[in-house]
Amino acid sequence: MDALEIARWQFGITTVYHFMMVPLTIGLGLVVAVIQTAWHRTGKPEYLRMTKFWGKLFLINFIMGVATGIVQEFQFGMAWSEYSRFVGDVFGAPLALEALLAFFVESTFLGLWIFGWKQLKPGIHLACLWVAVIGSVFSAYFIIVANSWMQHPVGVEMIDGRPVMTNAWAVFTNNTALVAVPHTLFGALAVAGGFLLGIAWYHLWRRRRDGVDTVGPDGKVVPGESATIPGRDRADHSVWIRSLRIGAVVAMISFAGTAVTGDLQGKLMFEQQPMKMAAAEAACHDGTGFSVLSIGNIGSQNCDDIVAVIEVPGILSFLAKGDFTTEVKGVNTLLPEYKENYGTHLPDNPIYGERAGQEIEYLPVMEVTYWGFRMMIGFGGLAALAAVVALWLTRKGTVPESPWLMRLAIFGILAPFGANAAGWIFTEMGRQPFVVAPNPDPSGIDQVFMFTAAAVSPGVSAGELVASLVTLTAVYAVLLVVEVKLLVKYIRGGVVSAMPELAHVPADENEDETPGSGGPGGAKPADDVLAFAY
Amino acid sequence: MELLPTIWFIAIAVLWTGYLFLEGFDLGVGMLMKIFARNNTERRVLLNTVGPVWDGNEVWLLTAGGATFAAFPLWYASLFSALYLPLLVVLVALIFRAVAFEYRGKVDTDRWRARWDWAIALGSFFAAFGVGAALALTTTGLPLNANGDREGGAFAWFSGYAVLGGVAVVGFSLVHALAFLALKTDGEVRHRARAWFVRLLPVLILPIAAWALSIQFLDGKPWTWALVVLAVAAAATAWTLARTGAEGRAFLALGAFLVLGTASIFGAVFPVVLPSTLDSAFDLTISNASSSDYTLGLMTIVAAFGLPLVIAYQAWTYWVFRRRVSTESIPEAHSFLPAIAAKAFTTKG
Repeated sequence: MDALEIARWQFGITTVYHFMMVPLTIGLGLVVAVIQTAWHRTGKPEYLRMTKFWGKLFLINFIMGVATGIVQEFQFGMAWSEYSRFVGDVFGAPLALEALLAFFVESTFLGLWIFGWKQLKPGIHLACLWVAVIGSVFSAYFIIVANSWMQHPVGVEMIDGRPVMTNAWAVFTNNTALVAVPHTLFGALAVAGGFLLGIAWYHLWRRRRDGVDTVGPDGKVVPGESATIPGRDRADHSVWIRSLRIGAVVAMISFAGTAVTGDLQGKLMFEQQPMKMAAAEAACHDGTGFSVLSIGNIGSQNCDDIVAVIEVPGILSFLAKGDFTTEVKGVNTLLPEYKENYGTHLPDNPIYGERAGQEIEYLPVMEVTYWGFRMMIGFGGLAALAAVVALWLTRKGTVPESPWLMRLAIFGILAPFGANAAGWIFTEMGRQPFVVAPNPDPSGIDQVFMFTAAAVSPGVSAGELVASLVTLTAVYAVLLVVEVKLLVKYIRGGVVSAMPELAHVPADENEDETPGSGGPGGAKPADDVLAFAY
Repeated sequence: MELLPTIWFIAIAVLWTGYLFLEGFDLGVGMLMKIFARNNTERRVLLNTVGPVWDGNEVWLLTAGGATFAAFPLWYASLFSALYLPLLVVLVALIFRAVAFEYRGKVDTDRWRARWDWAIALGSFFAAFGVGAALALTTTGLPLNANGDREGGAFAWFSGYAVLGGVAVVGFSLVHALAFLALKTDGEVRHRARAWFVRLLPVLILPIAAWALSIQFLDGKPWTWALVVLAVAAAATAWTLARTGAEGRAFLALGAFLVLGTASIFGAVFPVVLPSTLDSAFDLTISNASSSDYTLGLMTIVAAFGLPLVIAYQAWTYWVFRRRVSTESIPEAHSFLPAIAAKAFTTKG
């Protein structure tokens, strides 16, 4: 592998990893904010318990997103200095604004929320969470504006060989971003939905298994209390059944949302990056049919090897244009067009290093685009279907006794993560060989593009890149194990893991009572310095 | 003189100064976890003084980086790629430190806490050292060619200034953290922090003063020399105030020392943002490294509203958590009985 390939692996690994944490942060943050609002309005103790429990898991995950996010911002300059020089005038602004207008808000107000349970009035405390969560949504917006400019450059003119921003409005309202933002947010909510559903299912299942909850003659649940395990009371049953239903509803809504926005996004992509979509379909020839299953050696990058076994006529045209008859251009038609517009060989310029003068491969790695596209849709659909089934199975207030269904619900948590990762891998690898894809719009800026081969830092050696790839991958692997272990510990602990005051420990004089909780234990005067989280 | 690039040079100097001011004390508190705190309760006192604010402080670093990317892409690209390995160390240090803050109290065993204490202490040390080295090198220069790329291999950035800058920020962070702890804690920790501050200040600010002075000898202007003199006066004031027990004013005086010191450094190198040690014709300056006036103008408008807002709500955070923390206010660590036994996945339903 040369420096370019190592740098690409590093960017891919660190970004996919970062984007395991981020959607859970955004999605779960929104859900916790809604639940705390419900507690604020109704005062029902189960909403407080849900806020505390899901809030605890939210924080365990949040910090990993923060820690891995710094790598993302530094990486452009460290490993992709030529890219940074080329795009800096337009790409740097959304990153800087993300930090200034969104991430500051998120970090500061989340600190207030974590430590301010006793210092802030309940309404202000709740508002802090909302401000932090809205900050995370804005953060997503700015990052996607930056990414969308790589997918579809707008609002610039070429001056002295570099794109210079001339229309900020066009950059910040790029139609690619306007559909990608809701798509990403719904994707994040799908992750949160599956997370709530799986974990709540597990707790309901355990309550049945331990004989805490029983089922009456009409099939309806009879919630009970455990005499031995702290926190396993009747309110605990409400916590989990409500969480499960919220999770299932969020999962269904977010799937519908991703489908609608994904369709809009697809139609844009057929115009903006036709080769990406042709590669997503392994569509060699022009046609109207959507491939359900194609065989042959998709990885051979040779179109003539591929045979579509099952193909639904008209669907591809519908995905691309909204009708059933328009012919969609296949790879064999597009390749000559790309070669004519953007050249057959990389220029003889030193910034291409050893690749200068090589022939350009305009077809992305079809194995990745074809299967990435299908895994995104497949995992997303599976999670939504599971949510519907789960709502039906739990209509009488608890889950079936089957341990297999419980395991399925737990493993189902992974499906929306898979859909998110597959979608991003598809769209980023589908953009190759460009790091900034050309905008084919006839408005005249189609010469604003950059080959990935020219983007890497010329002064950084392959050895340095290997060092960072190995280090970051190892650190991330260790931290993933730690995060999952902690999540499992707190999930198994149940609500009491986030609300030790439920455990009624008599010797505990530092009872962590929250004003208005209505829970057991006497309220302590609110003279504490802060809500000690560490 | 170009107005907008000058404004953004000042803005980035302000962001770096804000970062060193704010994260300076939480990096220092992190290092003091291992050399100042005597037991677990004291370590928790230290952690909770910065608990609500450290993450917001760290965003100053991200904003400084992002603003450099947006306003001076060529500076950002050359500096970050030339310092590839040192910045990798900074990244790993910041990752472990952040995770350690959050995870340290999540498992109630001594071994678990001891590991994360080391992560906090070493993470804080290497982050402070690496940022200091990077900042010193951007003021003294790197072996850059005409394209702005580093010549000479992975370690060509190394020089005495890297060590000086690293030690400077580590030293300042430690003394700044002692001033912060004297202000934010009560009881035994408060008094010990003040005693350490008085004893160590004259030593710990020497490296950062040496950096500021050496920059003055290289590029100093009369007004930046004057700033150095004022900075030294501020440090002396901080020392005197701490001896009389005025902890709040001592903290502010030390902050003034930092602001004057960094102003003297940035002011001296202006308008060069990153000199080349190979040929001064390759120096990156505010003119040849900056973005277009359109981009800078847009960013100026946003920052003119955004930055004061950030300062306002971060100041409010410090106000909300203004009470002193002491060993008495630290609650017992709570371990909880799991509602669910660990074997749940393997038991037969």
